Amino acid sequence: MGNGELVEYLGTMLRIRYFEEKVFELLSRDLIKGASHVYAGEEAIAVGACAAIREDDYIASTHRGHGHCLAKGGKLPQMMAELCGRETGYCKGRGGSMHIADVKTGNLGATGIVGSNIPVATGAGISVKLRHTDQVVLCFFGDGASNTGVFHESLNMASAWKLPVIYICENNLYGMSGSVKKVSSVQDIAVRGSAYNIPSEIVDGMDILKVKEAVRKAAAGAREGKGPYLIECKTYRFYGHSRSDPRVYRTREEEAEWKEKDPVERFKKKILGEGVMTEDEIKSLEKNISVEVDKATEYALNSPFPSPETLTDDVYVKTVVSRKS
Amino acid sequence: MREIYYRQALNEALGEEMERDERVFLMGEDIAIYGGAYGVTKGLYEKFGEERVRDTAISEAAIAGAAAGAAMTGMRPVAEIMYIDFSTIAADEIINIVAKNRYMFGGKTTVPVVLRTEGGTGRGIAAHHSQSLESWYVHIPGLYVVMPSTPYDAKGLLKSSIRDDNPVMFIEHKMLYGMKGPVPEEDYTVPLGVADVKREGKDVTIIAYSRMALLAVEAANELSGGGIECEVIDLRTLKPLDIDTIMTSVKKTGKAIVVSEACKTGGFAGEVVSQIVELGFDYLDAPVVRVAGADVPIPMSPTLEEVAVPRVVDIVEAVKKTVVSG
Ligand SMILES: Cc1ncc(C[n+]2csc(CCOP(=O)(O)OP(=O)(O)O)c2C)c(N)n1
Ligand SMILES: [Mg+2]
Repeated sequence: MGNGELVEYLGTMLRIRYFEEKVFELLSRDLIKGASHVYAGEEAIAVGACAAIREDDYIASTHRGHGHCLAKGGKLPQMMAELCGRETGYCKGRGGSMHIADVKTGNLGATGIVGSNIPVATGAGISVKLRHTDQVVLCFFGDGASNTGVFHESLNMASAWKLPVIYICENNLYGMSGSVKKVSSVQDIAVRGSAYNIPSEIVDGMDILKVKEAVRKAAAGAREGKGPYLIECKTYRFYGHSRSDPRVYRTREEEAEWKEKDPVERFKKKILGEGVMTEDEIKSLEKNISVEVDKATEYALNSPFPSPETLTDDVYVKTVVSRKS
Repeated sequence: MREIYYRQALNEALGEEMERDERVFLMGEDIAIYGGAYGVTKGLYEKFGEERVRDTAISEAAIAGAAAGAAMTGMRPVAEIMYIDFSTIAADEIINIVAKNRYMFGGKTTVPVVLRTEGGTGRGIAAHHSQSLESWYVHIPGLYVVMPSTPYDAKGLLKSSIRDDNPVMFIEHKMLYGMKGPVPEEDYTVPLGVADVKREGKDVTIIAYSRMALLAVEAANELSGGGIECEVIDLRTLKPLDIDTIMTSVKKTGKAIVVSEACKTGGFAGEVVSQIVELGFDYLDAPVVRVAGADVPIPMSPTLEEVAVPRVVDIVEAVKKTVVSG
């Protein structure tokens, strides 16, 4: 791994962190409407995982999907424009935060229905097999999603058919408020792999290089036809579930403990310690990315809203194969 | 009379019914310490404890099916499906089990389940959190479908739903939780299957439900200034449907408009139109029209979301057209 790559990873993590901080600010100023689930605290997972795969591989994202989108190659301006409901956004303002997708980069999209993308990732795995490519699919989902029926159905299917899908559980200990301790039968989601004969492991989700290494190994196996893999990343979301969440279901002490493990700060320290970058270089990288985020925000807020006449565009593909005319 | 919010009215109904009948219990996602996504169950966990206010995992199918099992064995569950958009996951249990068990078993069991959920647009939360899927459930024999538009109705109808031995889809509207209205302090119920004439008028009948009932009243007030007097009927329950109240009004006005937030094609508004035409063809002076949602997944962007469902101006225009064509 060259130094250039490490710098790039730090850049992507910072991009996600600053983007999310800006999103939170725009939400409270009501410049972003609706809901946005921010990824701050979990950056190491998306960045580490996407660093371990190829450009032509796929990812399936979640309602907490901004980080996945950026890590897979999504661009700040189009993302911010989407969150602000503008025509210039990745989904022309139709999707917003919960449905963000940059389809060109192999992102199969985010979903507002928890768990609903787990079968989609699995189906992409079927397609890879049928097309005889050696692509892999990363399927991101939360601890909460691992209690949905489709999680279990998908793992069974992927295992039975040896599909090249890597299931990546972002276990941040909570759903909205429901803690894994209270609503789940197991504390380590990784153990659920054994029920489906899928190898699994637990990874420190606050350490980008550990995530990257685990996904690299799993992806190599999947490309060789060894089938699916389940990786559970232990992590924490730094913000509340939504803008108004008073976070009564968790303690401030617990939050402080996890903030000690901040994946961005931790990686910065590592990079400094190993002499990959100097303090000044990191500062200037941070400055540049903060300017990028500001520019993206400006782009978004100056972009037009979709025109009402376009309301039903794209409900159907225009070419009609068979219809009585 | 004191005024309280729609969400408080629902909260009171739940709390009072739990006091009254110890078989009543709640389950759903984030309903305990969090108090529900829209705050309806706030304080009930503190008051009744975790046995009777049960936080579940994200498992809608199990929530609905487990409610059926508990109901068939002597309990009276009120289960919350956070958004009606997620009821799709529970649809098998709702449609095949909750709705049908009584009939399939020769009337020898009852399934007194209330499934509380919410729907509708207005918050910019896009295609997976804004749908109006009531028509699906109206279509299923064995289910009742209730959609209150005011705090008073919300409380009275929820109590009736909990006391009724039939399964009820109780569909709230996300934009109504923060609306205030008069609600008596003492116990009362609003019967299922009785519509509310919100405004009398001689020229046109507007039939609506849920949030659209409030928009219909607004439209009627505006039209009244221009000399058109609308009678506004809030259905309150879609099933059982109070067709008598509808027909009495239509026979008087000779003209009807049905307003619904749901997609027009295959929606409940079409059912109301059919019944009016079947029963009242001879009384009609103009085509009965629907003012309904566009056939589109609800877009996030505010400029699109706004035009995806009926606005007051759409109702006003439809009324004017109907009056002219009559
Ligand atoms: C099927 C479904 N049920 C409930 C919700 C409401 N909801 C949105 S996010 C969320 C928590 C998801 O938890 P998890 O899978 O752990 O992901 P996290 O938010 O922690 O990243 C819930 C319950 C939903 N969107 N979809
Ligand atoms: Mg979680």
